[in-house]
Amino acid sequence: MAEPTLTWAGVAPATPEIYLVMALCAVLLVEAFAGEKRRGLADTLTLVVLLVGALVSAVYGHVSERTTLFHGLYVADELGYVLKLAGFLIVAVTLVYSRAYLEQRDILRGEYGVLCLTALLGIFVLVSANNLITVYIGVELLALSVYALIAFDRESGVAAEAAMKYFVLSAIASGALLYGMSIIYGMTGSLDLDVIAARVGAGHASLGVIFGLVFIVVAVAFKLGAVPFHMWLPDVYHGAPTSVTLFISTVPQLAYFSLTFRLLAHGLAGVTAEWTQMLAPLAVLTLIVGNFVAIAQSNLKRMLAYSTIANVGFILLGFIAGTPAGYSAALYYTLVYVLVALGSFGVILLASRRGFEADSLDDYKGLYARDPLLAIVMLALMFSTAGVPPFIGFWAKLRIIQELWVTHHNALVIIAAAASVVGAFYYLRIVKLMYFDAPVTNAPKPAGHFGARVALGLNAAAVLGLGLVPGPLLDLCARILH
Amino acid sequence: MLASVSTVWSALPAYAQSTAWIVVITVALIISVALLTLWERKVIGWIQLRRGPNRVRIFGLLPGVGQPFADVVKLLLKEVIIPVRANKVLFVLAPALALIPAFATWAVIPLSPELVVANIDAGLLYVLSLTSVGVYGIILAGWAANSKYAFLGAMRSAAQIVAYEIAMGFALVGVLMVSGSLNLGTIVRTQHGGPLSWNWFWLLPLTVVYFISGLAETNRAPFDVAEGESEIVAGFHVEYSGIAFALFFLAEYANMILISALTSVFFFGGWLSPLDGYLPEGGAAADFLMAPSFFWLGLKIFVFLFLFLWLRATFPRYRYDQIMRLGWKVLIPITLIWIAVEMVMSYNHVGPWAT
Amino acid sequence: MLVEVLFYVFATILIAAALAVIISKNPVHAALFLVLSFVTSAAIWLLIEAEFLAIVLVLVYVGAVMVLFLFVVMMLDIKVEEHRRGFTRYAWLGWITAVAVIVEIVGVVTARRFGVDITRGAAPWPASYSNTQALGSVLYTHYAYPFELAAVVLLVAIVAAIALTTRTRRGLKRQDINRQVNVQSTDRVRLVKSMDAKSP
Repeated sequence: MAEPTLTWAGVAPATPEIYLVMALCAVLLVEAFAGEKRRGLADTLTLVVLLVGALVSAVYGHVSERTTLFHGLYVADELGYVLKLAGFLIVAVTLVYSRAYLEQRDILRGEYGVLCLTALLGIFVLVSANNLITVYIGVELLALSVYALIAFDRESGVAAEAAMKYFVLSAIASGALLYGMSIIYGMTGSLDLDVIAARVGAGHASLGVIFGLVFIVVAVAFKLGAVPFHMWLPDVYHGAPTSVTLFISTVPQLAYFSLTFRLLAHGLAGVTAEWTQMLAPLAVLTLIVGNFVAIAQSNLKRMLAYSTIANVGFILLGFIAGTPAGYSAALYYTLVYVLVALGSFGVILLASRRGFEADSLDDYKGLYARDPLLAIVMLALMFSTAGVPPFIGFWAKLRIIQELWVTHHNALVIIAAAASVVGAFYYLRIVKLMYFDAPVTNAPKPAGHFGARVALGLNAAAVLGLGLVPGPLLDLCARILH
Repeated sequence: MLASVSTVWSALPAYAQSTAWIVVITVALIISVALLTLWERKVIGWIQLRRGPNRVRIFGLLPGVGQPFADVVKLLLKEVIIPVRANKVLFVLAPALALIPAFATWAVIPLSPELVVANIDAGLLYVLSLTSVGVYGIILAGWAANSKYAFLGAMRSAAQIVAYEIAMGFALVGVLMVSGSLNLGTIVRTQHGGPLSWNWFWLLPLTVVYFISGLAETNRAPFDVAEGESEIVAGFHVEYSGIAFALFFLAEYANMILISALTSVFFFGGWLSPLDGYLPEGGAAADFLMAPSFFWLGLKIFVFLFLFLWLRATFPRYRYDQIMRLGWKVLIPITLIWIAVEMVMSYNHVGPWAT
Repeated sequence: MLVEVLFYVFATILIAAALAVIISKNPVHAALFLVLSFVTSAAIWLLIEAEFLAIVLVLVYVGAVMVLFLFVVMMLDIKVEEHRRGFTRYAWLGWITAVAVIVEIVGVVTARRFGVDITRGAAPWPASYSNTQALGSVLYTHYAYPFELAAVVLLVAIVAAIALTTRTRRGLKRQDINRQVNVQSTDRVRLVKSMDAKSP
């Protein structure tokens, strides 16, 4: 068989992945030869790699319309372009926030940056996957890197436990995903999502496809952390080092969004009615459990974990709308959630010290008096997640509810609105703790790296700014998923 | 007479022919093992300025040649002791598991230009996978005996074999790159044209790595920590006696012959003649010496076997951590580097890629 | 005909061995039955002319993975009975899952009802067909992208294993091979004048 040779023009849209693989090998070599002598060198280099990567992919990775590469295994489109740029920048920000934390716990090693880069590569693969094989490899690449990141602090027993739980449960989810994929493959005779979309869309859905779909929905729900597949999420968020929690609560969400989008909304578009039906009860349960259990938490990381679950409920609602507008609302919500989660866990990171995790709610009592910047940032972020108007979170929730209303999911609209009200309670409670309560612990005075504080300030400013001028981001999301 | 035998032979169906060959090869191997044990004791004796076995004669002639057969009789007559707390099934199964791969691998080895029992495409992979399965006999023997020494031997052996298997596999990747085939017959044929076009010349580092890994895979000195008489008595087979012990012995020596044969096939032209093209044409002797035949393979196997014995008589035993270090940190990097070198040579059409 | 007979023989052994993996009380026996099931599935792959996959299955799983697996299992002193206690409490959940999976598999196998014929066999390949070559040419061209990514997955596994295990703790005694090899007798033995030597 005559295969066309690879040309640069043919693979240019895959610039981010190619660049990332080469860069992570370089970081690995630098760490191997210079890491012992100069702690933090590889970490700084990783940061540079990410910023250069954003630049390189912005210049070379852009495609004007949807194209497939590598014999249809890879798809390049505007969605991928935007999510990859966001991925580079968000990982860079997480590294800026985490630097001091890692230094204080003696786990600032080059492998941390490398594992972040490989996880990011997994995310990119998922974002651009157009074939079940690529989807699966992306999922595994991401998961494998994350297991190692969670267990990265070897001194910590809870971290090891969290990694173990995540590993075991994730393996089951991978099994479900593979099983579902194999059934879909058996029924359609193809691994290519385009072909699957054509074959599933052509006739009415067969029973076999639905069987496969069930397993895929379970796997997706697990990855997203939807109830009843959410068990791992609070333990992992709580047990992992906070810097890792910051990482896994942000960037992978982009990948899981596009996993859901590519697999369900694109590949299995023919059975949209079926999977929205399956997702609806999951979303309702997720909203209820996430919001109500969050109230009972006394640990901020756990509380934010349940808040993540609640947010996942909203993202699912966007998919349940089942229209491109609904998907774009879900995308908008995902980006907003990531921006806010980035800041919230950033605050925890900057408030912590050596030997002081700053993850209990009590630690935040009277934070305003001790560190006004962190308190103001946290205020903005909590108002945003609660959905208070000028902040960006308001628009995200509004868009989802709007789309549900348009597609006549009236019961879901009511549940979503009610869940938001319940959620507002525990977000605002943190604000109360910070501003009106007297400190109970003699927590050390926070004093983080200057760069990290600036980044955090900018992060909060973005939450407010994009909330005041929501137009551009909303338009972008609508445009790339038209 | 001979003509009638050959007509009967060619009238036989293919499966009967290969069955006959399997029987012949197995019997020949067992006899070779017996003679090899004698040769080993003789060679080591000479190296250590002793005589070696010289009492048991056959028909009153050839002092010492009867020794291995006397040993076999002795071992057959001894009781096979199965320890009370041992896992009986596995304890009995283990010697067989050690022996079977050592014999089964011979199925794909090209003994002469015409003769190979199973001429399969993925022959090299078959060899690799069977040699890696051989370790089960040792591990299970060590575990089933329920003895600390045996267990220690088994553990050492498992770690060692897994480590050296990788180096071995990488060395064979180099061979693959030269021949472009997994079929052992094709691998031999691509080496034709005298000793300098055999693989050892361009793949010298891989040849050395392969032979060292072969030593380690067969648990021979200086890599015999699995037995390590001075540390863990006799290692994995400390609880075995009588014929069960003899089976392990048989497996070890059969593996030695196997590794010698494989080294000849992969790196030294198998059944190809070393004199090919160096003698004047004409004359029955010159024709025989220049033609490829089993004779040359046998000679090469004999040379490598002598090397095995020589090494055993010369080198002290490696320490366990040194074995691991040699395998992982020295041999594997060498093979990787040489594969890269081969890549460059192949790209520039140097050496065997000159065409 | 012969192929069918062989298939059923191997399939029976495979299923029996797979069951034995779960049922065996002794973890070493379970691991060995797993080896047996690998070998028989390799044999079944051979029957469908996938000789490369079959041999590599034996080479990788039987020859390397399971050896290390046994290595670990043998070193564990597992009190099997202790672990089995309380295990049956969740058995009903397992049964429900098993029944559900079986129902689904039957559904898929009888997929002909849904207009998809997936059980037809392929025509045998000619003798010159090399499974290894075919796999190689597809892997390095059509599937180059996932193939390279799989390599990255392996790299991640290596990095993760090293990051999580080799950690130089403070005060840990380490071996420096170079120093060991370069040691001189004067580093180890100090000759001192004995007090007694001076006495008359």
